[in-house]
Amino acid sequence: MTIDWKSYDPGECYDEIISTPGYARQAAKNLAAWLRRLSHEDLQSRKLDAELAIIDKGVTFTVYSDGENIDRAWPFDIVPRVIPLREWQVIEAGLKQRLQALNLFIDDLYHDRKIIRDGIVPESLIKESRGYREECIGIKPAHRVWAHICGSDLVRDADGTMYVLEDNLRVPSGVSYMLENREVTKRVLPEMFENNTILPVDDYPDNLLEMLQSISPRQRAKPEVAVLTPGIYNSAYFEHAFLARSMGAELVEGVDLVVDKDDCVFMKTIHGLERIDVIYRRVDDLFLDPEIFNPDSALGVSGLMRAWRKGNVALANAPGCGVADDKVVYSYVPDIIRYYLDEDAMLPNVPTYRCNDKKQREHVLANLETMVVKPANESGGYGMLVGPQSTKKEREEFRQLICKQPRNYIGQPALQLSTAPTLCDGTVEPRHLDLRPFILQGKDIRVTAGGLTRVAMKKGSLVVNSSQGGGSKDTWIIDQDKN
Amino acid sequence: MSRYIERAENTARLVNTYHFLTMDLPRNTGVSWDLLPTITGGKYSFSDHYQRHDERNTVKFLLADSFNPGALVNSISNARENCRTCRETLPGSAWEVVNELYHYSKNHVMEALPRRGRFNYLTEIIHRSQQLTGLLAGTMSHDHAYDFIRIGRNLERADMTTRVVDIGAMSLKNPDEAVTLDVHVWTSMLRALGAYQMYRKDVQHGVKYEDVVRFLLQNALLPRSVAFCINEVEESVGKLPLYKDTLKPIRSVHRSVQRIAPDKLDAHDLHKEVDHLQVGISEIHNQIRKTWFA
Repeated sequence: MTIDWKSYDPGECYDEIISTPGYARQAAKNLAAWLRRLSHEDLQSRKLDAELAIIDKGVTFTVYSDGENIDRAWPFDIVPRVIPLREWQVIEAGLKQRLQALNLFIDDLYHDRKIIRDGIVPESLIKESRGYREECIGIKPAHRVWAHICGSDLVRDADGTMYVLEDNLRVPSGVSYMLENREVTKRVLPEMFENNTILPVDDYPDNLLEMLQSISPRQRAKPEVAVLTPGIYNSAYFEHAFLARSMGAELVEGVDLVVDKDDCVFMKTIHGLERIDVIYRRVDDLFLDPEIFNPDSALGVSGLMRAWRKGNVALANAPGCGVADDKVVYSYVPDIIRYYLDEDAMLPNVPTYRCNDKKQREHVLANLETMVVKPANESGGYGMLVGPQSTKKEREEFRQLICKQPRNYIGQPALQLSTAPTLCDGTVEPRHLDLRPFILQGKDIRVTAGGLTRVAMKKGSLVVNSSQGGGSKDTWIIDQDKN
Repeated sequence: MSRYIERAENTARLVNTYHFLTMDLPRNTGVSWDLLPTITGGKYSFSDHYQRHDERNTVKFLLADSFNPGALVNSISNARENCRTCRETLPGSAWEVVNELYHYSKNHVMEALPRRGRFNYLTEIIHRSQQLTGLLAGTMSHDHAYDFIRIGRNLERADMTTRVVDIGAMSLKNPDEAVTLDVHVWTSMLRALGAYQMYRKDVQHGVKYEDVVRFLLQNALLPRSVAFCINEVEESVGKLPLYKDTLKPIRSVHRSVQRIAPDKLDAHDLHKEVDHLQVGISEIHNQIRKTWFA
């Protein structure tokens, strides 16, 4: 069976490729026409090739509930998602604006707290935030940037508007899969690159390294950069190794580092100790330094916070930046942007109801069936309620949770996430998806061309997380002027 | 034999890298397929046979065309003929590997002409060539026959590395484009030689013209840098009887390599320097022929 776009119906949702049955969107016209010409066998053999490539390349991830299996093959759909360059440029500008404002916000919180004094955000909110760290008060990281690497999740609603769903500022992952998806797509759909100008993505490791070196406390030609990983059992270990490798940086675990009496950080090597200038840490705040945080942490480095506070080592992302990665704080981001930059947010937030506000809480509780309820500080899609797909029992459970800990929950109307054609059982069907671009801020600020598109492989499902049955697609930013 | 196999492997690497490079670039840039026949020394033969210098014809010329002596299938066929005449000096399985490689390269080459099958074909050729190199290193007595194998392999490698540097220089002749294309082109050239990751480890900042050129020409530890290959040649030649005359052209190439200062050269001057190196490498080849095979 070949692809017949006339029988492909995305229904009420916005589809990224097909506008109405039989008609492709402008930027996706070449792709849709070309896919339609492929025979069933050809399509299947390309799908198989992609699966083999992923196994051969060893692109894997870990699901904690999966017992001994620490490297599951990365689920990938060969049909790419297309965004026209002109639309992308607006999104890109919006993402830069957002991260700049968030960094000004974090810096302000750990210094003068003007935004609280001016009554834009309540003090209680910060005090109760799980990501807020008193240990960070008064620290001045390079360029006054705290969140150097941000992965914001974008979703598109039925009317075509792109919303920011959340900002991941702690240790966002996924960028290595974005790069691998492109590699695999070049292998299995090489013809498509002939007649389309698709923006390359492979400059990310260069940009990441440049950003990390730009925050080095020591000014030298080759600041020493290390990637700090919790180790092979971490769900994103593949990515930690990938990034270290593609930057030519060292991949280290806590035990490989020591802090000396002058509060400098060193790496153990066969030549003895070597000074480290910048650490791209993929270890959570609370495990970073047993002297300050969790004393039982075997993942961290004793004295790391001392070294960082003295300005002898740069940490990316900086400890304490998680204060802005909180779903209640998220609801204030449009105000935060206006306060620091005196601009309106270019990218809208999803309307968000804070459960610690009585009126808003009542609205959430009255509309549980049509809302998505999320805990303020979780990630990975855990601990949330998707109203339209929930049972009565689940809703009752959340009603109690919300009443017990209102500060810990927000509610958002369930969006009709956009879809894209996805290969299922030999034909294409619409599946819901989101997009996670990655933004880097050091001396300069940069955004990936596109990002990681995650897709819910189950029919009708809205959960795109790879730990819960999600897959992924390559994302093409297409320059139509050059086509 | 080892020179032909090495050439086949390098041709496969080059085509593969170009294949991926062109996917990332906007169309109508200076990076065009017809640069490859020029750089691999087949410019005239290519234009004699083809009116259209497009991707398909170029790939066909580099991989399959019987009239191009440097085409991949011809290199492998030559290697096989060589191998047939010296089977008694090689481990038994070497012949089989070469023979299998020959049949594979011939029977499947048409699959590599469209983009779809290219990657798989070229990857297979590269793997099988490396298999032979590893097989010989691991099972053959490191006697004089092996010294010659090593010399051939390293001369070919050095030569190909100079050509890869040349492609980089020629692709970026137009200074307006050079700024935007620079990183992509040089990253690809590193990839062509399997040297990208080693470069990252060694250099630890972005991909820059002068660093890449220095790395590929002068690095003492990268097995495909010109300096490394020439060292290998010198070491192997030193084990042979009557080696003295061959040391002279070897040392002359050594000096030329070390003298190159890429930060002071534009694309045109670099091309001239690289040309000079290629002449030097063929002088080593000629001296070896004169001393031991005349």
